[in-house]
Amino acid sequence: MMPFLVWLIFLLPLSSFIINSIIAMLVHPVSEGTRGGNLRNKISGYITIATIGGSLILSIWTLLSVMALPHHELAIPDINWLVIGDKLSISLGLIVNPLTVVMLIVVTVVSLLVQIYSQGYMHGDPGYHRYYAFMSLFTASMLGVALADNLLFLYVFWEGVGLCSYLLIGFWFHRPAAADAAKKAFIVTRLGDFGFLAAILLLFANTGTFDITELSHLAITGGLAGATLTWAAIGIFSGAVGKSAQFPLHVWLPDAMEGPTPVSALIHAATMVAAGVFLVARTYPLFAHSVEALTTVAIIGGVTAIFAATMGLVMNDIKRVLAYSTISQLGYMMLGLGTGGVAIGMFHLFNHAFFKALLFLGAGSVNHATGTFDMRQMGGLRKIMPWTYVTFLIASLSLTGIWPFAGFWSKDDIILSSMESQPILFVLATITVFMTAFYMFRAVFLTFGGEYRGGDPGSHGHPHESPPVMVVPMVILAVLAVVSGFWNVTGSFGVFLGHGETRSFVEGFFGIFTHPLPWISMLLAVLGILLAYAIYSARWLSAEHIGSLFKPLYILFSRKYWMDELYENIIVKKALLGGIFNGLEQVDTHVVDGAVNGAASGTIAGGGVLRRAQTGQLQLYGLFIGIGVLAIIVCLYLFG
Amino acid sequence: MSIGLEHYLILSGILFSIGLYGALAKRNAIAILMSIEIMLTAASIAMIAFSRYVVPLLLTGQIFVIFIMVVAAAETAVGLAIIISIYRKRETVDATEIDLMKM
Repeated sequence: MMPFLVWLIFLLPLSSFIINSIIAMLVHPVSEGTRGGNLRNKISGYITIATIGGSLILSIWTLLSVMALPHHELAIPDINWLVIGDKLSISLGLIVNPLTVVMLIVVTVVSLLVQIYSQGYMHGDPGYHRYYAFMSLFTASMLGVALADNLLFLYVFWEGVGLCSYLLIGFWFHRPAAADAAKKAFIVTRLGDFGFLAAILLLFANTGTFDITELSHLAITGGLAGATLTWAAIGIFSGAVGKSAQFPLHVWLPDAMEGPTPVSALIHAATMVAAGVFLVARTYPLFAHSVEALTTVAIIGGVTAIFAATMGLVMNDIKRVLAYSTISQLGYMMLGLGTGGVAIGMFHLFNHAFFKALLFLGAGSVNHATGTFDMRQMGGLRKIMPWTYVTFLIASLSLTGIWPFAGFWSKDDIILSSMESQPILFVLATITVFMTAFYMFRAVFLTFGGEYRGGDPGSHGHPHESPPVMVVPMVILAVLAVVSGFWNVTGSFGVFLGHGETRSFVEGFFGIFTHPLPWISMLLAVLGILLAYAIYSARWLSAEHIGSLFKPLYILFSRKYWMDELYENIIVKKALLGGIFNGLEQVDTHVVDGAVNGAASGTIAGGGVLRRAQTGQLQLYGLFIGIGVLAIIVCLYLFG
Repeated sequence: MSIGLEHYLILSGILFSIGLYGALAKRNAIAILMSIEIMLTAASIAMIAFSRYVVPLLLTGQIFVIFIMVVAAAETAVGLAIIISIYRKRETVDATEIDLMKM
């Protein structure tokens, strides 16, 4: 019974995908007020919410079961999937350990709340049923990533979430920007996935297994070591770099904001982009036994954290600020994994999922009211949208790392672990705390502070608070954004994931300030908030003045370090299109086509010579036959 | 000097050569047809000679010759019909000019 229920966690959203796909093909939305129209228009949303709700209940039940077990591991019998001879046996199995259940909870909770929110946000969209079909497929794939016990199936689901990301970024595919962003996301992540696939094949070639538990065991016992292990770990990490938008493959995530905002909240903030972090955590023993690989993870994470934060400082589009913030926070998670361990990285993932999803839902709510994402056209929404304001503020404080909000607990762990092992990255991470506080509160003050600046020029002009169907999920997430961090105040999250020791709640809650580090990071965060307040709310300092003071930096950040231009113009257009592809085309036209055309023209020329023998004169042919016969006779006579 | 197998074969060879020369060298289609008949005759003579001198008790060679004559008659009839048909169309029986099939 138990294995079946665990399978059901993943199969429920999958069934919802199938049903919703059929609905999307057969049922078209009807106008408001038609009898049964409301149900007809929203049926796919209800199905999705019901199935994901079921998955959530099962996930919580799994979490409780796993916590109750002494070894925190639930054995699920494998299903034999492919057996070829004695060498190759691939079984389809689930791994249910603390890492899995944490991910299951994150995915199902955020997904459920986002689906409920979407009922309001996507209200009246002609692609409503299609939207829920894709969202169900995404949730199923994401749960598959969390549950899969071998790299092959993990890869299948990994590509599944990538596909859904593509489909949902390009959900409004009639807009060229959305279609381009979808393609960009797909192609850029493909670069990373290539490394991941190569690593899977490398591991299989060396060990003959795809099973993660076995591979981890081999890494721990030394059966897998040296250059092979390092390259395999780096390959897996390259997949994570693509999916989690780490430097240098981060360029797709800001553009992915072209998708519907709930999609950004679920896929591009809380779950899919965190899949890269999850992957590294899942295969952590491979990294732990290769110093080079672990250092790479830490460096890429630390560099990405500050690199993305600098760009977040100057963006005017609220979703782009959040996108860069996501990249930056994913960098923190990687830094946590690289310097601290699974528990530290995963804890930030866990907390980040809630507050970042909330921030995106808040941005969506603001967009719903004003019709724009440009913060320069917002302002003053504090009074008009109190619920959105309060929840957004809570999430911002959590992200900034203010005690005792969730983000504080996980970010502090990461900074502490980086201080212990990578002093340079520690400095970067600490500066990033200041930047995070600044850009988040810049967004808060620009959006909610001051006076309303009119919203989108083409919109109706009367902003209003969003309907309860959108506000309630935000409130729930706001509660989670405060309390999710308390899980590790006592250290029990760390212990659950096999790291650290427990302490009493009070000791953890207040005792953390016996160390100077939390004081430093809190001070920096508060300074960041004050600077944002000074510039954007109190206007003691002029933003334009500061912008012109640091003009070269401002241009560098706002042009995103010319990374897009570098990739598009230099690498794609010049190096690839102009160089390699052009060279290949030359080879194709001149060598390959040349060989084919040469064979044809050579045959024609040869035929031109040989056709002279074909005179059409029967008597001449007869003469040759006669000569031939004579020659044969002579030969027989001479040599026979 | 008695007449032996060799003499018949030499006659046959001479006739065949004449026929072959005519078939290859003549331009007139009717002459070519006649030359082919001469070659068939040469073959017939050789067969009868072999039949008579090598296996006198068997009539195989002689029956074969009867077949050759039948076939030759049929062939001549068809050949002449073709030649007449070509002549009606093209006003010539010159074999070198009958080259409709050549590009």
